[in-house]
Amino acid sequence: METCNCVEPQWPAEELLMKYQYISDFFIALAYFSIPLELIYFVKKSAVFPYRWVLVQFGAFIVLCGATHLINLWTFTIHTRTVAIVMTIAKVLTAVVSCITALMLVHIIPDLLSVKTRELFLKNKAAELDREMGLIRTQEETGRHVRMLTHEIRSTLDRHTILKTTLVELGRTLALEECALWMPTRTGLELQLSYTLRPQNPVGYTVPIQLPVINQVFSSNRAVKISPNCPVARIRPFAGKYMPGEVVAVRVPLLHLSNFQINDWPELSTKRYALMVLMLPSDSARQWHAYELELVEVVADQVAVALSHAAILEESMRARDLLMERNVALDLARREAETAIRARNDFLAVMNHEMRTPMHAIIALSSLLQETGLTPEQRLMVETILKSSNLLATLINDVLDLSRLEDGSLQLDLGTFNLRAVFREVLNLIKPIASVKKLPVTLNLAPDLPEYAIGDEKRLMQTILNVVGNAVKFSKEGNISITAFVARPESLRDLRFPDFFPVPSDDHFYLRVQVKDEGLGINPQDIPKLFTKFAQNQSLATRNSGGSGLGLAICKRFVNLMEGHIWIESEGLGKGCTAIFVVKLAILECSNESKHPFMQKGPANHGQTTFSGLKVLVMDDNGVSRMVTKGLLVHLGCDVTTVSSSDECLRVVSLDHKVVFMDVCMPDGFEVAIRIHERFTKRHERPLIVALTGNANKVTKENCMKVGMDGVILKPVSVDKMRGVLSDLLEHRVLFEAM
Amino acid sequence: MEVGQMQRTWVEYTKSLFREGFLDGQFTQLQLLQDESNPDFVVEVVSLFFEDSERLLNDLTRALDQQIVDFKRVDAHVHQLKGSSSSIGAQRVKNACIAFRNFCEEQNSEACLKCLQQVRQEYCLVKNKLETLIRLEQQIVAAGGSIPIEELSFQGYKVKL
Repeated sequence: METCNCVEPQWPAEELLMKYQYISDFFIALAYFSIPLELIYFVKKSAVFPYRWVLVQFGAFIVLCGATHLINLWTFTIHTRTVAIVMTIAKVLTAVVSCITALMLVHIIPDLLSVKTRELFLKNKAAELDREMGLIRTQEETGRHVRMLTHEIRSTLDRHTILKTTLVELGRTLALEECALWMPTRTGLELQLSYTLRPQNPVGYTVPIQLPVINQVFSSNRAVKISPNCPVARIRPFAGKYMPGEVVAVRVPLLHLSNFQINDWPELSTKRYALMVLMLPSDSARQWHAYELELVEVVADQVAVALSHAAILEESMRARDLLMERNVALDLARREAETAIRARNDFLAVMNHEMRTPMHAIIALSSLLQETGLTPEQRLMVETILKSSNLLATLINDVLDLSRLEDGSLQLDLGTFNLRAVFREVLNLIKPIASVKKLPVTLNLAPDLPEYAIGDEKRLMQTILNVVGNAVKFSKEGNISITAFVARPESLRDLRFPDFFPVPSDDHFYLRVQVKDEGLGINPQDIPKLFTKFAQNQSLATRNSGGSGLGLAICKRFVNLMEGHIWIESEGLGKGCTAIFVVKLAILECSNESKHPFMQKGPANHGQTTFSGLKVLVMDDNGVSRMVTKGLLVHLGCDVTTVSSSDECLRVVSLDHKVVFMDVCMPDGFEVAIRIHERFTKRHERPLIVALTGNANKVTKENCMKVGMDGVILKPVSVDKMRGVLSDLLEHRVLFEAM
Repeated sequence: MEVGQMQRTWVEYTKSLFREGFLDGQFTQLQLLQDESNPDFVVEVVSLFFEDSERLLNDLTRALDQQIVDFKRVDAHVHQLKGSSSSIGAQRVKNACIAFRNFCEEQNSEACLKCLQQVRQEYCLVKNKLETLIRLEQQIVAAGGSIPIEELSFQGYKVKL
């Protein structure tokens, strides 16, 4: 028997089985070949597959498996040895590759699995981030709403607008059905419905403040959910079908200016609150979210701040208006006062001029008249006229200087005078009038009254004259007695007046003068008013006596200047009255020879009568004035040089000139004075500088003093005045004529 | 005319000048200053016054004729004139000057022109009067008499208040 290498299949018995195996192998091969194709196709499509070489391997494995199964198809029938060899090779390769693949998969599958885990993890993370984003967005939304609301609220400073805007904006942002504000009433015991979003009837509706729900809301600074059935929430008739919307209430602090101390923050206990109630729409199944509650709380705080700003602004506006009003009123008052002062000054200035002119004429001519030839009676008459007119001139000066008296800038003209003579003169002056009224006047001078004293003669005489004049004026009958004596210090101290403190000293004495009359008398209650200006006792009897009521006021001021006191005693109407005054005068020491020239102060025999050879310089740019002044001085015997300009003056002036008269209305008048001061520094050697001016005002005088002038004289100058001026000047080296 | 009569005429004339306000006390002062050592004092002063015033009045006319009036200059001139007239005792001229100065302050050229007219008028009047007076005095002196200043007695004098 020959052995054949053919493999004999066993066909007939298992033919059906063979057939099925054949078919299955075919399909397996098909599948095996198509899988790699699919894989390649899809991997080519996706860009991210990291295991390409695994794919190749797997592909190879699958292809070989497919090949194996394919080749298996040929083995069902008789097949050649080649086929068997191919089959074997295929199977061997497949075995190798599949083993390698199996080994490789041990590494790869865990990796693949972990990719999946990572994917899950990332998905979770993404979901979380989404959630958080959602939260942030809502918060930002809330923030935006709050900012917008705040902006709306803060854009106005009017309280009502603020509150209304709050409600409106909140309603809009949160889509509320109703939003209401309850404000505490003035008593603080109730809450009153003040503002609502939708107009409705019961505005003005109040609830007591002590409700538990209200207390609950007020006690926390958070928005609190309250029941829709509580009184503060039940403000409209319930319109929905099912459920009223949820209600939230929050407190709104009402800050007051007084709550803020400088260093503290407002105390909680003293705060008042308003209640804001917010209702969600009914039947909407909406609920209050946390961010919405937060929004409500923030808004409530902002409203509080805005309200306090509005309140502060209101206050400050009110204060400012008040201040403006006051300012206007003060301004007006000040302007009125200024106008009044100016009017008074103008009046005084005009009267000054108008009154002085005729007085000057009277005095000048009377003094001239004195120098002419007169009979003794004529001389006496002229002397009386002169004395009266001097007194009148002084009176005019004093009336016009009342303002200076009040300023306290008036000074006494101290000089030595004959005390007894003063009284005698007063008597002479008053006797004519008293005799007309048939009132006997007696004068009693104490024997120890000094003959001479030092004081202001004119003003003392004026005072005595005024007091005596009053006695005469207000008496219809009876005796008038004038007594004068030296007051003892002890008796002065007994007087006990509130502002009178007599101080005894060796070189002064207190003169006490009493004027007693038996006339109309004064009601003791009216006595204090006597010394006030312009207030006169207006009883029927005295209405015709005339007078301005200034007299006693002026006297009082003079007496005060003389460090004394004046008062009036009367027992009542019809019982007469006594006027008493005490003044301080200086005692004249007779041993002091230098005071002798003052003894006889009369206009005619005053000091030197000629000043022969006195070198004088006159500076005036007006030719006529210059000539007149020169004539005056030449008449008095001076050696006069005249210059018409300041340059010339400075050129000519020298130490020989004892006096320089300069017209200060010239432009450089004051300059010249300064230059002269600079040039001649030693006071006792330099020429005296006297200003001549037509302006009788304080400003000119002050300017002259400022520049260092030694004297000021008012133009026009009479012979006598010039004489007097030169004497005084040379005696005292200074002269300032009272203007 | 004999001296006594001339003297009486002089006295009456002088009194009338005072009465009518043409002259005031200052003129009397000037008359007092005239004595043997200074016999022509009054005449000299008066002549100087005339010269000065004429010059000032011309200056004033020119200054007020300008298109743009320099009130400061005008005021300065008026001030001078006021000074001269008050030194000599020409009362009316002085008063007119005072009014003139007020209008200068207000810078009212219309009123200033009117015032200038007034001042000029017063000046002419007083010039006439003074010239007459001086002529009278010269006549008296030429006739050998003296000016009777003492006879300006108190009685006939009324002060214009």
